[in-house]
Amino acid sequence: MLSLEDKLEMYRKMYLIRTFEERAEELYMEGKIWGTFHLYVGEEAVAVGACSALRPDDYITSTHRGHGHCIAKGADVNRMMAELFAKDTGYSHGLGGSMHIADVDKGNLGATGIVGSGIPIATGAALGCKLQKNNKVVLCFFGDGAANTGAFHESVNMAAAFRLPVVFVCENNMYAMSFSVKKAFAIADISERALGYGIPGAGVDGNNVLEMYEATQVAVERARRGEGPTFLEARTYRWKGHSKSDAQAYRTKEEVREWKEKCPIKFLGGHLKEEGVKEAELESIRKKVEAEIEEAVEFALKSPEPTLEEARRMVYV
Amino acid sequence: MSDREITYAEALREAMREEMRKDSRVFLFGEDIGIYGGAFGVTQGLIEEFGPERVIDTPISEIAIIGGATGAALVGMRPVAEIMFFDFMTIGSDQLVNQAAKIHFMFGGKAKVPMVVRSPAGSGTGAAGHHSGSLESWFAHIPGLKVVAPSTPYDAKGLLKSAIRDDNPVVFVEHKLLYKTKGQVPEEEYYIPIGEAEVKREGKEVTVVGYSIIVPRALEASQILAREGIEVEVIDIKSLRPLDTETIARSVKKTNRVLVGYEPPRFGGFGAEVAAWIAEELFDYLDAPVVRLGGEEMPPPYNPNLERKIVPQVEDIVREIKKLVG
Ligand SMILES: Cc1ncc(C[n+]2csc(CCOP(=O)(O)OP(=O)(O)O)c2C)c(N)n1
Ligand SMILES: [Mg+2]
Repeated sequence: MLSLEDKLEMYRKMYLIRTFEERAEELYMEGKIWGTFHLYVGEEAVAVGACSALRPDDYITSTHRGHGHCIAKGADVNRMMAELFAKDTGYSHGLGGSMHIADVDKGNLGATGIVGSGIPIATGAALGCKLQKNNKVVLCFFGDGAANTGAFHESVNMAAAFRLPVVFVCENNMYAMSFSVKKAFAIADISERALGYGIPGAGVDGNNVLEMYEATQVAVERARRGEGPTFLEARTYRWKGHSKSDAQAYRTKEEVREWKEKCPIKFLGGHLKEEGVKEAELESIRKKVEAEIEEAVEFALKSPEPTLEEARRMVYV
Repeated sequence: MSDREITYAEALREAMREEMRKDSRVFLFGEDIGIYGGAFGVTQGLIEEFGPERVIDTPISEIAIIGGATGAALVGMRPVAEIMFFDFMTIGSDQLVNQAAKIHFMFGGKAKVPMVVRSPAGSGTGAAGHHSGSLESWFAHIPGLKVVAPSTPYDAKGLLKSAIRDDNPVVFVEHKLLYKTKGQVPEEEYYIPIGEAEVKREGKEVTVVGYSIIVPRALEASQILAREGIEVEVIDIKSLRPLDTETIARSVKKTNRVLVGYEPPRFGGFGAEVAAWIAEELFDYLDAPVVRLGGEEMPPPYNPNLERKIVPQVEDIVREIKKLVG
């Protein structure tokens, strides 16, 4: 059972993700961050709900849209922001950028730019945990688009056949770039796939952090008991464009507006108020988060750049 | 030549449009190439003209894109597949290297695979380790594949048209930083043969051999050097395989000094093959060892200063040529 403190912490983390993303976008527009990135705005409940069901030493694998997973698993936003600024103090010393942030100490085995490539890695990490008998679980985030890669099929089958301690969380945000799930799949629900692999599967409201937590909790316990993987399809929506260059010609403003009304943070805020939390308390959480993000920006701006010599040393161990 | 100027991306689009109008077997196959117009906008507007039956958006399935193109080609179509970033070629490369490249040979000439796989390579956009790769050397190593890497809009159009017409699988290497560059492209139809290099600038003191993004950088370097009295000849090989060694030989016999420039890591990169060939065949004509100017031995870093430093830039070419003639 989640305590009120747990739920307030969920609220804080979801708002931290939201604020990180919105601030990063502003900084990008101002030309202070370069390259590209993929924002998680609107999907915060998936990462926070799922990661809240994990122990601190459990693992996750992330995606190209990874900032939310990273924060949900307890990352330091200073080092994340510094990475976006390509600074030496970033998680990857400025060598990896947004799509390659990993926080291995916190169990985050990293984001990836190759769609679907985290799924075999999660499977292998789960195999490693099983061989080490360490009772850890791996939670694997990937998108609806990633579910159509060959890597997905090989890995989920292997994990199921070997009963590996992994939970597959498919973030169905309705699109892979411009390609809608309606066009990319011939099945109505991606979670139907589970049947073909012989593992439990379920669709979850990915904008409801409490439902997300509960479904993941069941899956994590099953994995920890050694009964093998579960497939969760978290239904959610990406509010922003795919990356920083997307005219969004493939969807309507209406559709985006409708989903914005189902804001996951507003939903949790409403729930907390029903439980007696005052708006002033939520407000003070939000203010603290905003200050934390401003500090992260300051930290990033002040930090030094990596050198070529340092980069050369990173190629091999 | 007319003085119409268009971009490299537009030139590629025109090539596809012209070939699709002429030949109903030609179709496009890849991720987000329809309404999105491709990650770099190359196929923009083509779905409006040819419809979703000939501009086919696929799920994220590189194996099925390259393998699917191979299968469609086997039964008589002429697919042009797009792999969104060259780094993702590795995923579909089993189908390309083990199937498409070898089928004509292994089946004793009974089948052919007329397909093109287009893909943007190269760094310089801050896209880091999974979206900045230059893996053309890998594919140039495979007998049965042709590999083309144009440097100008004019060449891009003429070579893509030839690639679509070619009965062999062709890997078409585009460079992200070239997409927006402009150049003269006539309205009239033309083809540029695969396997022919071009002397893009004549000079008598030193030859630069390169392809893709290295060519404009070498041309800029040549201008700087010309002001200092060093006359550089720039050869754009355009096709890595087949390689036009004749044009290279003619130039080397004249200048007796060569620099081979390429973006991938220096070790084992395509330029190393060119350098080795020159050393073997033209040793007697060389006044100095062939210089390989390749990329650093590291994955593409995100940090913009480092990203720039690890691939040959204009100033690197200038510096190395001065050393070579000095
Ligand atoms: C193997 C591979 N193919 C294509 C891409 C280009 N790409 C990056 S993200 C993306 C869409 C991914 O969709 P999904 O898995 O649903 O994740 P989302 O972006 O919706 O979070 C595509 C096509 C890639 N990065 N890797
Ligand atoms: Mg998606």
